[in-house]
Amino acid sequence: MSRPGDIQTPPAVELHDLTVAYHKKPVLWDIDLAIPEGEMVGIIGPNGAGKSTLIKAVLGLVPAATGWVRVFGESYASRRREVGYVPQRESVDWDFPVSALDVVLMGTYGRLGWCRRPGAAERKQALGALERVGMQDFARRQISQLSGGQQQRVFLARALAQNARLYLMDEPFAGVDAATETAIVNVLRDLKQQGRTLLVVHHDLQTVEGYFDRVVLVNLRLVAAGPTREVFTRDNLLATYGGRLTILDQAAETVRRFEDWLPQTGAEPPHSAARAAAPQRLLSPPGAPPPAQPQHGAAPQAARRPPGENHALP
Amino acid sequence: MNWLAEQFAALSPAVQATLWTVLIAMAAATSSALLGSYLVLRRMGLVGDAISHAVLPGLVVGFLMSGTRELWPMLLGAAIAGLAMTYLAEWLRRHAQVEAGGALGVVFTSFFALGVILINLYASQVDLDPGCVLYGALGTSALDTIRILGLDVPRSFLSLGAVALLDLAFVAVFWKELKISSFDPALATTLGISAIVMNYLLMGSVAVTVVAGFEAVGSILIIAMLIVPGATAHLFTDRLATMLVTAVLVGWIAAAGGCLLAVHFDTSEAGMISVVAGAEFALAALAAPRYGIAARILRGFAFAFRIVQEDVLARLYRLEEGVAVRDAGALAMHRPAAERLARIYLRARRQLTRAAGGWALTERGRARAQALVRSHRLWEGYLSEQLRLPLDHLHEAAHRMEHYMTPQFAEKVEERLVQRDADPHGRRIPPQPSP
Repeated sequence: MSRPGDIQTPPAVELHDLTVAYHKKPVLWDIDLAIPEGEMVGIIGPNGAGKSTLIKAVLGLVPAATGWVRVFGESYASRRREVGYVPQRESVDWDFPVSALDVVLMGTYGRLGWCRRPGAAERKQALGALERVGMQDFARRQISQLSGGQQQRVFLARALAQNARLYLMDEPFAGVDAATETAIVNVLRDLKQQGRTLLVVHHDLQTVEGYFDRVVLVNLRLVAAGPTREVFTRDNLLATYGGRLTILDQAAETVRRFEDWLPQTGAEPPHSAARAAAPQRLLSPPGAPPPAQPQHGAAPQAARRPPGENHALP
Repeated sequence: MNWLAEQFAALSPAVQATLWTVLIAMAAATSSALLGSYLVLRRMGLVGDAISHAVLPGLVVGFLMSGTRELWPMLLGAAIAGLAMTYLAEWLRRHAQVEAGGALGVVFTSFFALGVILINLYASQVDLDPGCVLYGALGTSALDTIRILGLDVPRSFLSLGAVALLDLAFVAVFWKELKISSFDPALATTLGISAIVMNYLLMGSVAVTVVAGFEAVGSILIIAMLIVPGATAHLFTDRLATMLVTAVLVGWIAAAGGCLLAVHFDTSEAGMISVVAGAEFALAALAAPRYGIAARILRGFAFAFRIVQEDVLARLYRLEEGVAVRDAGALAMHRPAAERLARIYLRARRQLTRAAGGWALTERGRARAQALVRSHRLWEGYLSEQLRLPLDHLHEAAHRMEHYMTPQFAEKVEERLVQRDADPHGRRIPPQPSP
C-alpha cells in the first residue's frame, strides 16, 4: 500500500501471513497488509468478520497463531509508546468511580512507567485533550453521568493524551450522535494533517468514502486493501458482505478440535483444508522468528487474493 | 506512648481483652476493605470467596513444612495456593470449555477439600482447628500475647497490622496500575502495564489478606469483610480514592460495632461483624444520596407530583383559550386529592390564585402553562409531519412528551416543522413565554 519512492520508510503497520485464533479457532486467515504512514484507513467488514481482532492483533492483545506484526518496522513491544488505542466503548464498566479527567489521564500512564504518578504536566495535557474534543466542562464529571457520545469523546481525548504516531480505533463512531460524529471526524482529520496514521474500524458504509483515504475490506480473510477510490467497489463489497465463507468456518472448527485434542465431529470434515491452512502452528513452535527481511512497497493489494471460496484457501 | 501504655494497663483485663479484640478486627477490616473494593469494581466478588477457601491446603502445607504456627510460612503457602487456584480456574475456562463461575467452583471446592483431608490426615501434628478456620477465633486470639514496649500485644494484632500495612503499600505503590488494569485491562496491556500480572498480584495479596483474616473472622465470614465494605462504599462515592477510604471506614464500623455487640450479647464476634456490615450495606442501599432506593423513590414522587401540577396548569390554560372544554374534562386524570394538593402547592408558589367560581392562572402560572401547551402542540405537529401519524394518535403521545421537553428542545422541534403557527388539530401554537 505504500507509494513508490518511500521504500526506505517502513510502513506504520505491516502484517505478514497473520492468522489469529481465539481459543485455537482461527478467526482471521493469512492476512498480508501494509499501512503506509500518515494515512487515515478504514477497516470495513460485516459483524464477526474479525475487524476488532485485526487491531487487537496489531496491539498484541491476541496472539498470532502464524505470521507476524511489525509497527514502524519493529515489534509492537518496542514501539508501544508511539501507539494509541481507542477500545470499543462497551468494553469498560462506566460505573467505575473515576472522573472524565481521570480516564484521560490514563493515556499518559504508558509514558510514565511503573509506579510513577501523573503530575501537573500530565494534568495540563489531559485537560488540553479534553478541550480538543469539546469536553473541558465535563472534566470533573463521574463518567456514568456522561452520554454515550460524550463517553466516546472522553475515550478519544485519552488517545490524544497518549500523543501517538499511530492510532488504532475500534468503532469510534458506534452509537454516537451526529454532533459527536462530526467532532470526532474533525479531530481525526487534524491528526492526519499532523502526519499521524489512523487505523479505524468502521461499520457505516455510507460515510466510508467521505472519511477514509484508504480502506481494508475484511471478512475472515483480507478481501481487498488500497486507496478507497480503487478498492471500495461494488464487487469487493459483495465479496466482503456476501455471507460468511462456510468452508472457512468449517476449517476453523476443525483446526480448533485438532488443537484442543478433541475428537472430530465427522459432519463433513475438510481435513485436508485444515492441515493445509494451519500447518505452521502444528509443526513449529509458536513465536518462531519471522523471515529475516520483510518486503515493503507492494502495489495496491486490491483483489491480490481473489475473493471466493475456491481461492480463500491455498 | 508510655502514658498511653500506663492508662491501658490500668484498665481491667476484661476491658483490655475487648479493646484488643476490636483492634484486631479493625486491622483485618482495613486490609480486606482495601483489596475487596478492587474485587467489587472488577466484578470479581466470587473470586474472593473462592480464594478464601482455596488457600486452605497451602496453609496446611506451609504449617507442616515449617513445623510452627508462625504466620509467615502459612501466608506464603496460602499465596501460592491462591495463585494456583486462580491460574487453574482460568486454564479450565479456556481449555475445558467450562464457564468462568463453573471453573471457579470446581477448582476452589477441590482445593478446600484437599485442605480438609490434609488436616484430618495430619491431625496429630497440625494444631489447626477446622472450626477455627471456618468461623475464626477472635476472642481467644486476643489472649495469645507477646510483650512489646511494656505492653502485652496479641500476636494476631501484629500479623494483621503488618498485612494491613503491606496491602496499604501495595495499593499506594501500584495505585495507577491497579486503577487502569481494573477499569480498562486491554488499554493497560497495550501501554505495557500487563493486566494479567496485575491480576495475579492482586489475587496473591487477597490470598495473604484472607489467611491473615482467618484468625479474626474465619474463611466464610471473611467474604463479608472483603466484599460488603467495597459494595457499600461504591453506592456513596464516585472517586476511587474516596471509595477506598469509605470502604475502610465501613469496615472499621463493622469491626468495632460487631465486637462490642458480640460482647454485649455474648455471641460470635465474626457473626456479629458480618451482621453489622450487612446492616450498613442495607442502610446505604436505602439511603445513599444518588443511587439509594429512598432517593430514587423520592425523585419518582417528585416527578409524579410535577406532572400533576403541570396538568392542572395546562388545563386552566386551555380553558382560558376557550378551546375544547370537553378536552379539559378528559384531562382530569389524576386523583382529586393529588390535584387538590397540587393546587395548594401552586398557590403557595404564586402560580395559581382563587377566582370567582374556582381557580385562575397568575402571570407566572400562565407562562409555565404556555410553555407546556407549546411543547404539547409542537410535538403533535412533529409526530404528524415527520412520523405521519393519524390525528387520533397524537394527543396521548404529546401529553406524555410535554413533561420532558426543555425550551431548547422545543425550539429544535419547531425548526423542523413546516406548519409552525398551529398544531395538526388547528389550534394555535403559543410562542415561548419570555422569562
